[in-house]
Amino acid sequence: MKNLKTLAGAVALSALMAGSAAAADMTVGFSQIGSESGWRAAETTLTKQQAEQRGIDLKFADAQQKQENQIKAIRSFIAQGVDAILLAPVVATGWDQVLEEAKDAEIPVVLLDRQVDSSDDLYLTAVGSDLEHEGEVAGDWLVKEVGDKDCNVVELQGTTGSSPAIKRKAGFEKAISGHDNVKIVRSQTGDFTRTKGKEVMESFLKAENGGQDICALYAHNDDMAVGAIQAIKEAGLKPGSDILVVSIDAVPDIFLAMENGEANATVELTPNMAGPAFDALEAYKSDGTEPPKFIQTESKLYTQSDNPKAIYEEKKNQGY
Amino acid sequence: MRAEDGSLAPAAGRFVSGRVMIGSEMLLRAEGISKQFLGVTALSNVDFDLAAGEVHALVGENGAGKSTLIKILTGAYRRDGGRIVLAGKPIDPSDVMDAQELGIGTVYQEVNLLPNLTVAENLFLGREPKRFGLTNRSEANRRSREILGQYGLDIDVTSLLATYSVAVRQIVAIARAVDLSGKVLILDEPTASLDAAEVSRLFSILDGLKQRGLGIVFITHFFDQVYRIADRVTILRNGHKVATRPIEGLKRIELVSLMLGRELQEQEAHVAEPVDRSQKPVVASFKALSKNGQIAPFDLEMRAGEVVGVAGLLGSGRTETAELMFGIHQPDHGTIEVDGKPVTFASPRDAIAHGFGFCPEDRKLDGIVEDLSVRENIVLALQARRGWAKPLPRKEQEAIADRYIEALDIRTSDREKPIKFLSGGNQQKVILARWLATDPRLLILDEPTRGIDVGAHAEIIRLIGELRQRGMSLLVISSELEEIVAYATRVRVLADRRHTGELPAGEISADAIMRAIASAEDETSGGGAGEGRAAEILREGTA
Amino acid sequence: MTLPTTIRRVLPQLVALFVILALNTAIAPGFLDIAFANGRFYGSLIDILNRGAPVALLAVGMTLVIATKGIDLSVGAVMAIAGAVAAALITSDHSLAATILATLGVGIVCGLWNGALVAFLGIQPIIATLILMVAGRGIAQLITEGVILTFNDPGLVFVGTGAVFGIPFPVILWVAIGIAASVLFRTTALGLLVEAIGINRRASSLAGIGTSALLLAVYAASGLCAAVAGIVAAGDIRGADANNAGLWLELDAILAVVVGGNSLMGGRFSIAGSLIGAMIIQSVNTGILLAGFPPEFNLVIKAAIIVVILVVQSPASQTLFAFMKSRPRSEEDAAAPVREPEKEAAR
Repeated sequence: MKNLKTLAGAVALSALMAGSAAAADMTVGFSQIGSESGWRAAETTLTKQQAEQRGIDLKFADAQQKQENQIKAIRSFIAQGVDAILLAPVVATGWDQVLEEAKDAEIPVVLLDRQVDSSDDLYLTAVGSDLEHEGEVAGDWLVKEVGDKDCNVVELQGTTGSSPAIKRKAGFEKAISGHDNVKIVRSQTGDFTRTKGKEVMESFLKAENGGQDICALYAHNDDMAVGAIQAIKEAGLKPGSDILVVSIDAVPDIFLAMENGEANATVELTPNMAGPAFDALEAYKSDGTEPPKFIQTESKLYTQSDNPKAIYEEKKNQGY
Repeated sequence: MRAEDGSLAPAAGRFVSGRVMIGSEMLLRAEGISKQFLGVTALSNVDFDLAAGEVHALVGENGAGKSTLIKILTGAYRRDGGRIVLAGKPIDPSDVMDAQELGIGTVYQEVNLLPNLTVAENLFLGREPKRFGLTNRSEANRRSREILGQYGLDIDVTSLLATYSVAVRQIVAIARAVDLSGKVLILDEPTASLDAAEVSRLFSILDGLKQRGLGIVFITHFFDQVYRIADRVTILRNGHKVATRPIEGLKRIELVSLMLGRELQEQEAHVAEPVDRSQKPVVASFKALSKNGQIAPFDLEMRAGEVVGVAGLLGSGRTETAELMFGIHQPDHGTIEVDGKPVTFASPRDAIAHGFGFCPEDRKLDGIVEDLSVRENIVLALQARRGWAKPLPRKEQEAIADRYIEALDIRTSDREKPIKFLSGGNQQKVILARWLATDPRLLILDEPTRGIDVGAHAEIIRLIGELRQRGMSLLVISSELEEIVAYATRVRVLADRRHTGELPAGEISADAIMRAIASAEDETSGGGAGEGRAAEILREGTA
Repeated sequence: MTLPTTIRRVLPQLVALFVILALNTAIAPGFLDIAFANGRFYGSLIDILNRGAPVALLAVGMTLVIATKGIDLSVGAVMAIAGAVAAALITSDHSLAATILATLGVGIVCGLWNGALVAFLGIQPIIATLILMVAGRGIAQLITEGVILTFNDPGLVFVGTGAVFGIPFPVILWVAIGIAASVLFRTTALGLLVEAIGINRRASSLAGIGTSALLLAVYAASGLCAAVAGIVAAGDIRGADANNAGLWLELDAILAVVVGGNSLMGGRFSIAGSLIGAMIIQSVNTGILLAGFPPEFNLVIKAAIIVVILVVQSPASQTLFAFMKSRPRSEEDAAAPVREPEKEAAR
């Protein structure tokens, strides 16, 4: 299916290249990394939605996880004379030359969700989330939720050494510092997967008096939380009440868990990077407003009171 | 291989000029060597000495202690008692490298070099000539050519060793050992996988080394070779030294009885009595069977109670004939009939289903399943034929194994012993037992006596006769003509991948077979080289 | 030394397992506690048996493949495919029986593909199975369309999380399959024939063993085991995670076989040994999780323990043990009738 979409995109692209460009206010090329995760698929879906809503003609190129494909796509966008380019870079290095080519052609480039190691005058702006801030939002919610009660937190880290794992941990610790009643008692990696999340949670439950001593779980992503929720249920405890569950990403399945009262809160890593990007581009095109070099997307907190069922239905169709 | 052999001069016979007087100053002297393995005595108080410029043969049945003795001399084993003196100094080699540095080099039957390196790399492995701290390839190659030139070997030293024949690899191994060690060269059954011409070439190289003053210890099963190359011979039996004798004046029958500790029956006298073939039922007939580049079309009708001997030089198509008959390779043309009905063999499995059996030439590669026990090796073919779902009960397996261990006198302490721990002759008997257990109607034996000791040799020849009398049909491929004479009821002669003739029962003798091979070779290869090879076989066979 | 041969064969593995469990008990005080709650036994020991299920299942098939001197790198990817197929079928309203049968069938087909490359085309097993290892995850992703395909079918969930008589169902599965495979291979001649192929394929073929058919069969068995493991893994998290299901588990399965005392050179094999090996690996994993060290140490600790086990099992150490043991026993040996005095010298 994904490949069909890609194929369709490629066909559309070549049709455009043949000179049958539909009339539109703005033509934007989008070089996407690929479709390695549900979140990225949602990002692609939302970018296309945003473009359609704004009447932007979007040219989409899937790079299949290869930088050379992205460079090729950008050069082809330049050759076609697009008005702007969105780039979700697969790696951080090696972009100087192609970005300079875009600059020489006076085509603004906006980076989506990942950064590059190039001078910041080679691109217009970068749109992304702040990983550390996400951890902080999660921590703030927990601190508020427990009030003055003592709360032992177990933490499911992302893949050891990965930047989301490091930053989401740091942000959470920052939020709970100064609140001595909230402390992390166990922290172990769950590799961002459901299986490992479940396995590690099982061991946390055993190590902490069958889970009686655990007040809350903080997971670096929703998938690990979903796995851990099953472990908690199988241990005869009620996730969401016996053990509070807070995690990050806001993938559809966590909303189902919230609907069932099994998860308490999630912080959204929004797949809508294109919205702020298009906003900045439109402003820049109309009156030359220079956007800041980094546009931070909102790290929105969702809880059980946010009608999780409705959000699930909405997100379900975004390709997660 | 063949062109190379053809260009070799015929063997020079005995090297009388190289004889040395055995004086009191020995190059190597081992005194009172003893060795036990887990309480079992492998060597008991054995003395051995070696003069410079001497070839000293070491003989004995498998298990007599030959390998243990040389492993102690080369540092592979530590001795339990005794002392070793090299050039007047007591030595105590701690490992093979140590022995090499002291001056004792060894070349094993399975050449201990690395086939995936070049010839030059093998020669200089671990002592590569350096320039600026890097291996100097051109220097290594130049010196390799120089060294091998001394052995009359002119080959591309930058090619992988694997691309050369066993004979060439052996010479490279010898060259390395001599270059590395330079005093004593130990050769462990160097001729086991060489053909006659290659053996001659090896012997002329050994003669050259003798002249240079090296002492050579030579382990072999072949008496002819002992008489051709050795100055003295030491006989071991059951871990004891029986005798050390100069070769001159030692009668062959004396040597055999020293080895075996008993008188060997004169097997040559035992010519198989003629059989009236027409009275016996046809087991299988092979009509115009051929495979391109392997063997020209041949007809063969195998009857019950006969032994068809197959004679011919190496590469004449003997093994290829057997492989087509047993379904290992599929013929391009021709038909096979069993009991008068046409059959096709897609694999050995099909041939076995029709009551065929095959003991391959390369026992180690194609015969034994080394980590399995003697029992499992014996029942393997029978079990394979029954299929996996009908396992032989353990008791039955044990009974079968015990029966054949007894009947074939397989020397093993235990039927559950892995076959790899048995000597070559006993391994061969196990493979024979494997096929006898399937009660085959047609049994094909490819070089059944190669590389096995004298005692087992005689037993296998006796067994072939017995099986024939019990009505089995046998096809036996052998390079040993006397052996063929002893059991064959007719002899197929092959040359140049063709069946060129057949000797009927009344006309079989070693001489007749040789003449047949020689004339066939002359016809097919047009003289010169063929004549040389035939002459070679002649010498080998009648020595 | 009056133990039966089968127990004696796995004695080193049992000792290793016991030592690790003792270490775990020292680290985590409640380690040996077993409670009964929610209709199932509950405790760290049960977790080891349960969490070790995928690797144990893979190890059964891997043992057979390795016995033929082969290796199957594709089992992790086949797990992902199986999970994806099961999830895709059950969510498109197929019956549980149809889903499971089809999934197992897919596993067998994957195994037959590997087996055909090895048996008929003569491709080295490591290369032949590498193909499916690389491509398999992509196939799984195509089936799930790149998302975690979740399901709630009680039957499929039961395979991953259910319990019978309080024992987690995955545990029952791997024990049953392990016993079934051992019985199948040891009461028939399959075990002998497979070992013969692993030790000397040419000689086996010349002895009339249908080597190609047997190779196909063992790779198919490995694919089947991987498919079962894939269903267990998917049922466990109620979803097929094509990106992560079975990731790197082929290496744990190979390790389990080796820790179980089986040689990668093929030949003699013990399924029981491999299963104990899988439990040793899982005991190490669980022990690390219970210990509460920072996750940066996980792999280092695991590697260190495995190295110790492998060193103890190595031929060099075995020779040393045999030597030490033989000292007091040498007289007894010498007294036994030995027909061939020079064992060591025979080639």
